[in-house]
Amino acid sequence: MIKKGKQHSFKKILHSETFSGYVFSAPFIIGFLAFTIIPMIYSLFISFTSYKISSSPVWTGLSNYIRMFSEDPRFLKSIGVTLYYVVLSVPLKVGFALVVAFLLTRKNSLAGFYRSVYYLPSLIGGSVAVTLVWKELFAAKGVVNTFLAILGVKNPISWLGDPNFAIWILVLLAIWQFGSSMIIFAAGLKQIPVSYYEAAKMDGGSLRQQFFFITLPCLSPVIFFNTVMQTIGGFMSFTQAYIISKGTGGPMDSTMFYALYIYKQAFNYYEMGYASALAWVLLLIIALVTALIFKTSDTWVYYESKGGK
Amino acid sequence: MKRTNRAKHVLSRTVYHASILLLGLLMIYPVIWMVSGSFKTTYEILNESLKLLPEKFTLDNFINGWRGFGRLNFGLFFKNSFVITILATLGVTISSSLVAYAFTRIHFPGRKAMFICMIATLMLPSQVVMIPQYILFRNLGLTNTYVPLILPSWFGSAFFIFMMMQFIMGLPKELDDAAIIDGCSRYSIYSHIILPLISPALITTLIINFYWKWDDFMGPLIYLSRPAKYPVSLAIKLFIDSTSQTDYGPMFAMSSLSLLPVFAIFLFFNKYLIEGISTSGMKT
Repeated sequence: MIKKGKQHSFKKILHSETFSGYVFSAPFIIGFLAFTIIPMIYSLFISFTSYKISSSPVWTGLSNYIRMFSEDPRFLKSIGVTLYYVVLSVPLKVGFALVVAFLLTRKNSLAGFYRSVYYLPSLIGGSVAVTLVWKELFAAKGVVNTFLAILGVKNPISWLGDPNFAIWILVLLAIWQFGSSMIIFAAGLKQIPVSYYEAAKMDGGSLRQQFFFITLPCLSPVIFFNTVMQTIGGFMSFTQAYIISKGTGGPMDSTMFYALYIYKQAFNYYEMGYASALAWVLLLIIALVTALIFKTSDTWVYYESKGGK
Repeated sequence: MKRTNRAKHVLSRTVYHASILLLGLLMIYPVIWMVSGSFKTTYEILNESLKLLPEKFTLDNFINGWRGFGRLNFGLFFKNSFVITILATLGVTISSSLVAYAFTRIHFPGRKAMFICMIATLMLPSQVVMIPQYILFRNLGLTNTYVPLILPSWFGSAFFIFMMMQFIMGLPKELDDAAIIDGCSRYSIYSHIILPLISPALITTLIINFYWKWDDFMGPLIYLSRPAKYPVSLAIKLFIDSTSQTDYGPMFAMSSLSLLPVFAIFLFFNKYLIEGISTSGMKT
């Protein structure tokens, strides 16, 4: 009798709203503790230590952070390279995605096909396979140089060997993958009421005017979203730079992305403490840049629900 | 007047289609070049790069490439990739759907705080947790196993939880209420009502995570040092690691082959993929 009652109340607890809520969210709770929050705390701790993986961490206070700015030119170099990459690739990529998405809204039976073609590169562009092949496009006698020779450029550019040009291989690879942003824009474009365009046409608005006075303001929240996401992604780029430079960040550290530098400190030099400090600085940089974009968004992002503000 | 207008229209359409098509060709040129390079000799890849069709069509690259490195062939690398990708993808899909259901439909204390924590992890650079996670798995003696590459996926991923939440919010709440009145528990509502209804979101998750895991390079690079454990993404890198001259032909052939599953899924599940990206703003 008692056993049965116990079973009953057990079932009642099991089926209670609160208990089942925790059961369903258990994966998140456990994962968040084990793979996010505890690692973050530990990472913050070791960023204040000298920790070569073989020995235990030794508290050194702020010295890792001081070292970055005072005696590590490669740290500053890698920030410069990453910023350069982000500032060049993100606006071009987002801009390109926007223009192509706009051009493909015209109703025609081929739009879907075109969209797939444009989308394909962003599907495979992040892979090691494509990056390896991409690199060969820029080889001494590669496609790009052969093409430039046809256009009349006399001296072939040493894309892979010249510190001024190597970064462009990565920038172009990023721009090439504008497809996923384009798809997001295409979805946003569908939300713009057709009547806006019809009204513009009646008033004799050209295609360009339609783009600048209807599409651009209506899409500004999506542009904002894409810019933020691509910027964050840009700061974390790793694989492409690793493959193009064979893990060195060369020539002359010109492709030393920040994420690659963290990797090298942690897994080539086993400076776990210093690498963790670098990772926290990355977090701060990303937070700062994102906040900056958010701050400027008041002036150029148009929210209909706020009555144009 | 009317005729010139029509002529103008035809002209503008032609220009439009021609430019879109030209740009499209430019976009997929590298892909075509890679595939055609798989059938060329290394000499031809390096010296006559602009030519798309191989002088002499050869399958040697696939045969030589497949042989791999030492005693490890690409059959093994592909198997490794599939094991990691499938196990991780199953995990992330199941666990994310559970959490997404809890976050949208069940009322329990702490739900809001948890949701905020989840959104925060979306913005967190993976580099911050990468090092401590590595130290953790290393201390547990789990490097050179697939555990670090698979296990975290079984605890949900903020991206997919968020996407599925959007999807579940679109389902009428009356479904849940009616089932509760009928005496259904949350567990049976989830498995009998919600899960079948969100299957498009589940498929999207499966596809996108398959891509992420298949292409993942940093994870295997950090955790796997024994080539016998390498997935394809890491194994392809061995072509350029070798101290001798890089064998471009086989490298191109294996690169093309490694993208075959990606292309196949794209062909068959295009719709889910595009929908998934447009609704969640997710980058693949």
